[in-house]
Amino acid sequence: MSAALLFAVGGLTSVGIYLITARSLSQIILGFSLLGHATVLGLLVAGGAAGDAPIAGTAAVADMSNPLPQALALTAIVISFGLTVFLLALAVRQQHLTGDDQVEDDLEDQRIAQGQPAENLPEETTEEITQSIEGGIP
Amino acid sequence: MSTLVVLTIAAPLVAAAGGLFWRGNTVARDAITICGLAVAMICAFVVLAEVNDSGTHVVHVGGWQPELGIVLVADLLAALILPVALAVIFVVEIFAIGQRRTVWGANPELSGPLLCVLTSGVSLAVLTGDLFTLFVAFELILVSSYVLLTNQGRPSQIRAGMTYVVMNLFASALFLFGVGFVYAATGTVNLALLTERIPELSDGVRIGLGAWFFVVFGTKAAVFPLFSWLPDSYPTAPTTITAVFAGLLTKIGIYAMIRFHTLTQMDDLGSTMLIIAGFTMVIGGLGALAQSDVKRILSFHIISQIGYMLMGLGLFTVAGIAGAIVFLIHNMPVKTVLFLVGGLIENDQGTSTLDRSGGVASRRPVLAVLFAIPALSLAGIPPFSGFVAKLAVIAAAIAEASVLIVVAALVAGALTLLSMAKIWLGVFWGPPASEITPVSVPRRYQKTMLGATGLAVCGILVISAMSGPLFDLCVRAAEDLKHPASYVSEVLS
Repeated sequence: MSAALLFAVGGLTSVGIYLITARSLSQIILGFSLLGHATVLGLLVAGGAAGDAPIAGTAAVADMSNPLPQALALTAIVISFGLTVFLLALAVRQQHLTGDDQVEDDLEDQRIAQGQPAENLPEETTEEITQSIEGGIP
Repeated sequence: MSTLVVLTIAAPLVAAAGGLFWRGNTVARDAITICGLAVAMICAFVVLAEVNDSGTHVVHVGGWQPELGIVLVADLLAALILPVALAVIFVVEIFAIGQRRTVWGANPELSGPLLCVLTSGVSLAVLTGDLFTLFVAFELILVSSYVLLTNQGRPSQIRAGMTYVVMNLFASALFLFGVGFVYAATGTVNLALLTERIPELSDGVRIGLGAWFFVVFGTKAAVFPLFSWLPDSYPTAPTTITAVFAGLLTKIGIYAMIRFHTLTQMDDLGSTMLIIAGFTMVIGGLGALAQSDVKRILSFHIISQIGYMLMGLGLFTVAGIAGAIVFLIHNMPVKTVLFLVGGLIENDQGTSTLDRSGGVASRRPVLAVLFAIPALSLAGIPPFSGFVAKLAVIAAAIAEASVLIVVAALVAGALTLLSMAKIWLGVFWGPPASEITPVSVPRRYQKTMLGATGLAVCGILVISAMSGPLFDLCVRAAEDLKHPASYVSEVLS
């Protein structure tokens, strides 16, 4: 039983990490969902063998499963829910701005790697920033 | 006393809720956030005084036993870090109230309340006595930082924000796995119990856990080679946000590392940490030299400075850990002030690129002074606090006869000074740039921003002047960490 869970954790983790290395944010989000499931499953496995529901008075204490990792897992699930929604919002914003949801390289890094002087770097002007703030999300 | 400890976490959280509720009303919103941050800061100072007099104070939240419930532990280390961190945030919020009128300012409706949420997370991370609550505190800090970084929705922010979010989410997932591993190996996540149980584990498991958490906290702290997300993302945020991130976020990572790795006696990882610390210092310094933008140079300095703190920790001696703690306390305000001055330069010149600015020293001599003091302190020039901090770390390394790391630290110090000189030459000296377009800021708000920066510079001078007593306190805190028997008995009693 525990071995099956461990293999599930391993499988979810490897697929999750593979997806996170992708360029497209939607794939990354899927990757994080899988990784989140893997961590929660890992916490449950860490709690030891499964038993009866840990509700006082319904079963003998010795037969109950460990409630602490379940509490930790619940907290972790709530956090990963919120973060998935945030990542989706980020992907939508990127789609509005550039038409796709690719994670782009850093301009300054590219400039230094190519040995170009700083003048060649396109800089956001004050007007552009003002526009993008006032314009909001299209 | 327990109320004061809890208030450092609860007051900013309540203020955040109030600030969001009245987000349309500028005066009420600002008053609520400032009050919340001020209450937390004052409580933190009182806690420091109390802990200094009467020793570690433990709060068992909800009256649960430490094995089951959440404990908040105000030991000397936590009590030392907390007031500095909260004072830094307080000053930045004052600055933010001035800056939000400009295009470089953060979105006023969200930034104040979210800064309060972040503050609450910082307090919780510093005070918590168990690993899982530390995870929750990190998430509280990170979630508010994600929103603060990206909420203006500018293209550069979204681009950099993605790297930042993905990198930190991955580290959080590793953190959660680590909590699972620790629970499976020891049956607890309480730090005091871990202090007893982790040293009893077999060497392989023990060092594995230590290395795992080194990677987790190392990603948050941006050590080599896990720092790439930092210089890409920090400069894109509004000044006030970058200032808070620079002053606090990476430092909380190092703080968690100091606490976890000393309490669980991971001395075997010391040499690995020293090697990584050397690379972090030198590569951060070289990276700073290669940049041509004030904010990006300062961002690479963050990485370089993290190396010094890691070096102090990696020695695993009382002197080394004390040096790391002093460095932490010195670095938080200094880094923040440098970014605030960077923001003022940006307002004055309309850009933070070195090639497009110049002559600030003659136009705005006050700015030059406000920049020079923290810059010299960061480079480790006496009599400022940076000198004391670097001296403490390097003296501890010499005492351990670790020659290579001392050489690396001195090289990194020289690189820091060089890149500071680069900023100075580019921005403050030379003829004024040909076409500058200063950002128009009403005079009243300009004064608020200058005043906040001046206040923080005064704070740095106070830390410099008090570095003797401060260092003694840090040595005591380091001794408590190195000999955790009293920590354990306080928490478990």
